[in-house]
Amino acid sequence: MTMNTQGRPTAPTAVSTAAIETISGSRGLLQQEGLLFEIGTPETTGVDLPKPKGLKSRLGGVARKVDTGLPGLSEPQAVRHYMRLSQKNYAIDLGLFPLGSCTMKHNPRLNEKMARLPGFGDIHPLQPQATVQGALQLIDELATWLKTLTNMPSVAMSPKAGAHGELCGLLAIRQALIARGEGDVRKRMLVPESAHGTNPATAAQCGFTVDEIKANKRGRVDMADLKAKLEKSEDVAGIMLTNPNTCGLFETDIREIADLIHKAGGYFYCDGANFNAIVGRVRPGDLGVDAMHINLHKTFSTPHGGGGPGSGPTVFSEALAPYVPVPFVTKDEDGIYRLVEQVDGEASESFGRMVAFHGQMGMFVRALAYILSHGADGLKQAAEDAVLNANYIQARLKHVMSPAFDGYCMHEALFSDAFTADGIETIDIAKALIDEGYHPMTMYFPLVVHGAMLIEPTETESKAELDRFCDALESIARRAAQGDDTLKGAPYLAPMRRLDETRAARKPVLKWTAEDTSKVAAE
Amino acid sequence: MRYLPLTPEDRANMLATIGAKSVDDFYTDVPEAARLKGKVSGLPDHQGELAVERHLTRLAEKNRSASSGPFFVGAGAYKHHVPATVDMIIQRSEFLTTYTPYQPEIAQGTLQTLFEFQTQVASLTALDVANASMYDGSTACAEAAVMAARVTRRKKIILSGGLHPHYAAATRLLAEAQGLTVVQLPVAIDGEEELAKAVDGETACVIGQSPNVFGTVTDLSAVADAAHGKGALLVSVFTEVVSLGLVTPPGEMGADIAAGEGQSLGNGLNFGGPYVGLFSCREKLVRQMPGRLCGETVDADGKRGFVLTLSTREQHIRRDKATSNICTNSGLCALAFTSHMTLLGGKGLKQLAQLNHEAAIELADALGAVKGVEVVTPRFFNEFAIRTPMDAEAVLAMLDEAGVVGGVRASRLFPGDHLGDVILVAATECTTADDIAAYTDALKEIV
Repeated sequence: MTMNTQGRPTAPTAVSTAAIETISGSRGLLQQEGLLFEIGTPETTGVDLPKPKGLKSRLGGVARKVDTGLPGLSEPQAVRHYMRLSQKNYAIDLGLFPLGSCTMKHNPRLNEKMARLPGFGDIHPLQPQATVQGALQLIDELATWLKTLTNMPSVAMSPKAGAHGELCGLLAIRQALIARGEGDVRKRMLVPESAHGTNPATAAQCGFTVDEIKANKRGRVDMADLKAKLEKSEDVAGIMLTNPNTCGLFETDIREIADLIHKAGGYFYCDGANFNAIVGRVRPGDLGVDAMHINLHKTFSTPHGGGGPGSGPTVFSEALAPYVPVPFVTKDEDGIYRLVEQVDGEASESFGRMVAFHGQMGMFVRALAYILSHGADGLKQAAEDAVLNANYIQARLKHVMSPAFDGYCMHEALFSDAFTADGIETIDIAKALIDEGYHPMTMYFPLVVHGAMLIEPTETESKAELDRFCDALESIARRAAQGDDTLKGAPYLAPMRRLDETRAARKPVLKWTAEDTSKVAAE
Repeated sequence: MRYLPLTPEDRANMLATIGAKSVDDFYTDVPEAARLKGKVSGLPDHQGELAVERHLTRLAEKNRSASSGPFFVGAGAYKHHVPATVDMIIQRSEFLTTYTPYQPEIAQGTLQTLFEFQTQVASLTALDVANASMYDGSTACAEAAVMAARVTRRKKIILSGGLHPHYAAATRLLAEAQGLTVVQLPVAIDGEEELAKAVDGETACVIGQSPNVFGTVTDLSAVADAAHGKGALLVSVFTEVVSLGLVTPPGEMGADIAAGEGQSLGNGLNFGGPYVGLFSCREKLVRQMPGRLCGETVDADGKRGFVLTLSTREQHIRRDKATSNICTNSGLCALAFTSHMTLLGGKGLKQLAQLNHEAAIELADALGAVKGVEVVTPRFFNEFAIRTPMDAEAVLAMLDEAGVVGGVRASRLFPGDHLGDVILVAATECTTADDIAAYTDALKEIV
């Protein structure tokens, strides 16, 4: 045995590699952590507040009867609680996050720093406009970038996320149809079957009925089906089309689609979720688009935060521009920025107000920091690198996996499960990627491809990272083709094994109660 | 470009592997006329970190931050102290730079905090179940209205005259787009109980707010009884979540759905967003809820864990039959909320609420003692309305000159409703005795 002068062994000695159970439940760096409700008490607090003076209440008796009884933690306990939980999350800062259609790219820390400047983070949406001229200028600058990059004359900044931007676009279409006196007639919204679920859901939220358009063998809109659905056109409100689409492909016939919809008296809503593939190279305004939302949390890298907040500014054509929601920012001749907050005067045709305040300012700051850092040249390069990376993955894996469609892709590569042996499913491949240290790709979407695997690497991955990922996925794909049953048990190396979603949905436990906890422990 | 790792050699090698001549080959599906020859014109090229920081800092410096002097603006967003620990937690890469927890084996951190968040929101609102957040309070309110219509299969939504007008506008927009009828009761400082008279057999829900936009707190129990008597639901709205430490919560008043703004805990003012919408309801309504829900389950080894659940309500499964189109919500703001709430604990929240209430009492007494100024909110938590002997806009402008941001003029929220002399004023634990003195002294000079 090798030892130092104090008698401490300094080199490992060979021992059994059998799995080791621990008393604490922790496993090395991965710490066991209970629920807040199991480790805190209602008497504990992690803040030091002054003692109230005991003034006579002015609540008029409208007082809470039962205390919340919610537990608190001291500051060191709280720090550990969240730190330990954080260790159970995968994140883009840790590794490649190839979730298709989600654009998980690097989130620069400069953006976080800028959003926390007191002049942005500590200003109130209703303080006098003279005291927030810099904030209004920032919104106006970002709006100018978005309009210029899309070649669209108008933008609504207030939508809070992508689906909210869709709602904004469709409410503008609805308002335009009402203005034309056709609001009650034009109720049919065409939506390709490959669309993200938010598209049909948004159409329904706006009172439209959804008419599905088929995809052709090349993963694009089936033009024959579209034309058939437009033969009777008096009831057509418009089309919601994602471009590049959810198969990761540019809609080849997009100009003709726009023309057909316009000729039918409808409007063209473009879902801009995949704008990252074309930003700086193609302007949607040149394609006949009437409205398009832009996910700032995708294309312009405001962090996803484990499910938001997002931001979904929506650009509009001349035809729909009069109907944009309030509030919006204008600039007077004397250089003073002004918020238009009411539906009257210059906003008299506006369809109304979608949210309490002016949109996701915190996201605007981050997006503008990202955009200024890239500039027109960098954004174009970013789009090209995103598309190059996706095509590289497709080229490296097309011999072992089954590309869903022939030809080049845009920013994401789509495979079907055709290459897998009987009994091996897409989910098994996804979970095996977890053991290799990667977040899985988007699985089972889009619905038009069987067992779909949608891989979006983004432009912020190096070639070495891509190669390592491709090596891992290639090996898993070979095992899947050979019917390797061990894939069914993956992941083996994550903080948790596969979770029982059926059980969760059958008897939903949606909050902590003492009884539920003891029940699980007893099983 | 510092964010792009590919080198020119990488690009050349990768193109060779692919078998493409240049990236232009990937864009051949783009119609010829729409292919840009070079960059988008009219925009500058990339800049270094220093240059970007300089520009944005300059813009930020043109704004007056709420912490830079006496500040009394509320009406839906509130200046509170956020512990430094909260910002540390939400800047952890594992929380900040991850996605919606679609792969639960490697997202238990996010999922467990959501489960804790849901439990806290359910407890604060005294209702059975809460979802994993909405965009903000106003969209939560709108979703509550259309959910009530689904539950009751009725089409009439009645809004109180004390509901925040921006919440009312967002609700009217969504409800009318779905073919519902919205009845807005006249603006009233103390009129929440009027809802009881307005409810009829066609009403899907009545929406009341406590504390309302004028700060008035109201026990909506009688409204709940009236609504239930006609088969309608009560939606109880709040914009100041700290109030729930002291004020009767929605569930105790018999509300079926609570919808509110959670910004006050953990989240900064941010000029209006991002915020975090809170949404809870009675258990039997859960399958009509909008948004994500996190639930408890076990893994293949029988270990407790958490997953997103009841997704058959949601757009990615149900498409046009979904309960809502919401996808991304306010995950990180919910984390800020839950970690601040965890630091406070139930006891700390109550104490914080008391401090807010007492600051408002002292402010109200001081302003009400100024000759010609009247506090018109009868019962309040941490904000109230005052009536001044002259136009509120002029008063606020003069206060501004004295370095005091004195509140929101009611006419900004209710143009044309004859509230030109009314100012909405808020106090929080951040409000000091000096702030109150500065406001009072300045107001004495003006009126």
